[in-house]
Amino acid sequence: MTGFANHVIILPIMLPIVAAAFMLLLNERRRSLKNRISISAALGIAASAIWLLVQVENPNTPEAFVYKLANWSAPFGIVLVADRLSALMVLVTATVGAVALLYSTSRWAVLGPRYHSLFLLLLMGLSGAFLTGDLFNLYVFFEVLLAASYGLLLHSSGRRRVKAGLHYVAVNLAGSFFFLVGVGVIYALTGTLNMADLVERLATLDPDQIPLLKAGAAVLGIAFLVKSGAWPLNFWLPTTYAAAAAPVAAIFSVMTKVGVYIILRLSSLLTGTEGSFELFGASWLLFGGVGTILFATFGVLSTRHVPRIAGYATIISSGTVLAIIGSGSEAVISAALYYLVGSTLGLAALFLLADQITRRERLEAADQDVGPIFHDDYETALQSEFEGVEVGADIPLTTALLASTFFLVTVLLVGLPPLSGFMAKFGILSGLLTAWVGQNGAPLAGTQTAAWLLVTLIVLSGFTLLLALVRSGIETFWTNHEQAATMALRPAEAAAVVLLVLMAIALSLFAGPALDYTDLASSYLADPDAYVRAVLGGVELVPNDVVQIQGELGGGAEAGVMP
Amino acid sequence: MEIVLAIGIGVLATAGVYLLLRPRTFQVIIGLTLTTYAVNLFLVSTGRVKLGAPPLVEGAVVDVAAHADPVPQALVLTSIVISFSMTALFLVILLAARGLTGTDHVDGEEGER
Repeated sequence: MTGFANHVIILPIMLPIVAAAFMLLLNERRRSLKNRISISAALGIAASAIWLLVQVENPNTPEAFVYKLANWSAPFGIVLVADRLSALMVLVTATVGAVALLYSTSRWAVLGPRYHSLFLLLLMGLSGAFLTGDLFNLYVFFEVLLAASYGLLLHSSGRRRVKAGLHYVAVNLAGSFFFLVGVGVIYALTGTLNMADLVERLATLDPDQIPLLKAGAAVLGIAFLVKSGAWPLNFWLPTTYAAAAAPVAAIFSVMTKVGVYIILRLSSLLTGTEGSFELFGASWLLFGGVGTILFATFGVLSTRHVPRIAGYATIISSGTVLAIIGSGSEAVISAALYYLVGSTLGLAALFLLADQITRRERLEAADQDVGPIFHDDYETALQSEFEGVEVGADIPLTTALLASTFFLVTVLLVGLPPLSGFMAKFGILSGLLTAWVGQNGAPLAGTQTAAWLLVTLIVLSGFTLLLALVRSGIETFWTNHEQAATMALRPAEAAAVVLLVLMAIALSLFAGPALDYTDLASSYLADPDAYVRAVLGGVELVPNDVVQIQGELGGGAEAGVMP
Repeated sequence: MEIVLAIGIGVLATAGVYLLLRPRTFQVIIGLTLTTYAVNLFLVSTGRVKLGAPPLVEGAVVDVAAHADPVPQALVLTSIVISFSMTALFLVILLAARGLTGTDHVDGEEGER
């Protein structure tokens, strides 16, 4: 890989930030131009993610591409790493982002200023967090995506959104403190922030320092668990996601996956290597995941409000993957990755559908809202959320379209055949049972009880989600005809929902290649050396060399602390 | 020196966490600010506490141990900028919430007394 092609890895970060900056210069009235720019930027990210995906799959090229920012070698500079897992996650982000942007062209984009810029900055933060190989750079990308998400959550304002936003911002700021403290402790002990270098340093660390490092890693883990919505750190999640504008909630469903991704990445790197750190925190993840699924299982039953059900379904999805990461079984992680992709598509579609379903109730609630609190130059360019929407006659075609997509999304999320949710859950359950109770399997992390608990809960959570979605489906589409009349479905909105469902169907049709890919991804994750070699390959710098250099320089008293 | 720093961080964090858990939005924002100070001081201290030590190495033969670690200083600079801007954003949301709900309670409505 030489020349220009080498720079494709940074495109998922460069494209959205350049487009976002450019759109700030454009007047808010130039809607169609802004729509076109932002959707093409999202598609550009998707295209570069596909290119990376093809490259890492190609047996003639390395499994992981490393991009040195400003050409500083790791561990001194910051690196971006594109391997199977991160390329896949960037692709999911870009696809859901493009579809959500398409959905918002019809109505949501004109409800508040600078929507497209914020949305693209969120995409940039997400892609950066998936691609970076440096802990502090990860913090920066986290803050970029969080700052954009604060703005997007408050998009089109309103009492409910501001109230939810207050909680969301406070929780995430507190989460960032944990992140910083965790990074600080890890840096103080190992003297590095590069994830691959960290793996190398673990082996040479003084055994006395291991407990402190574990404490630091645990504090860091709390920050990621807050983001991924693990119980008991997730009480803000259903309210926030239900309050957010529909396309924003759709991309937020990818945002919870960032926490899950980082936990998977770090646990594969740090606890995958043999030694004192092996399987550290795995049983916490397992039981935390079980608790998360249990919480959300009750949650979906407790509400009849579709956006809240979607919020709890998001928690079920990340709880399931967290518990599986905790179980530490390679075969199950492959199925879990497949589940992650399918459920993210399904959740995004459910959030978009919930927007249509709840339009009448929001129309009624909107009367309580007072006007904007802060004045903006673009106020005159903005529209009301409910322009052209009124309670009127039933439109059979849109109702039929909405009901059938709602049905397919239910099938997908619950895990019924024939869609990808079923295959994913089947893979997860059979993998768990083989690993835990099969002939060849000694129990991994946790006990036999935990295994059965997890298997039971995965089945049970699917069942309760089915109950909740069927109940609200009946209420929406069969009994309440007046409500259906407010579903003035516009072409772009219909296209977005249908596209998501079609992608989920394609994922089920091509389950073979998709599962082959996740199989390779999980076996790659099980071998952290491959990642370390890719990142540090160019530089032959092991900790002993550092000591030697420091010795030559006349220092060395604090060897291992300073690079 | 270390003990003073440690106590200072501890006091700031304690006060910050207490205020974070209070029901008024103004108390929450002051709590967030205090916790930010604690975290930033902690980050500085991860480079070891050294007085008057330069962070940059000049010349070829030097004693690395006599130098301060520049990385935590760079980190804390980033973290100060980010947490400052986030606090400003939180202030805006606080004002908007006050305007929309008419109360400064974090839940947007007065709880039971």
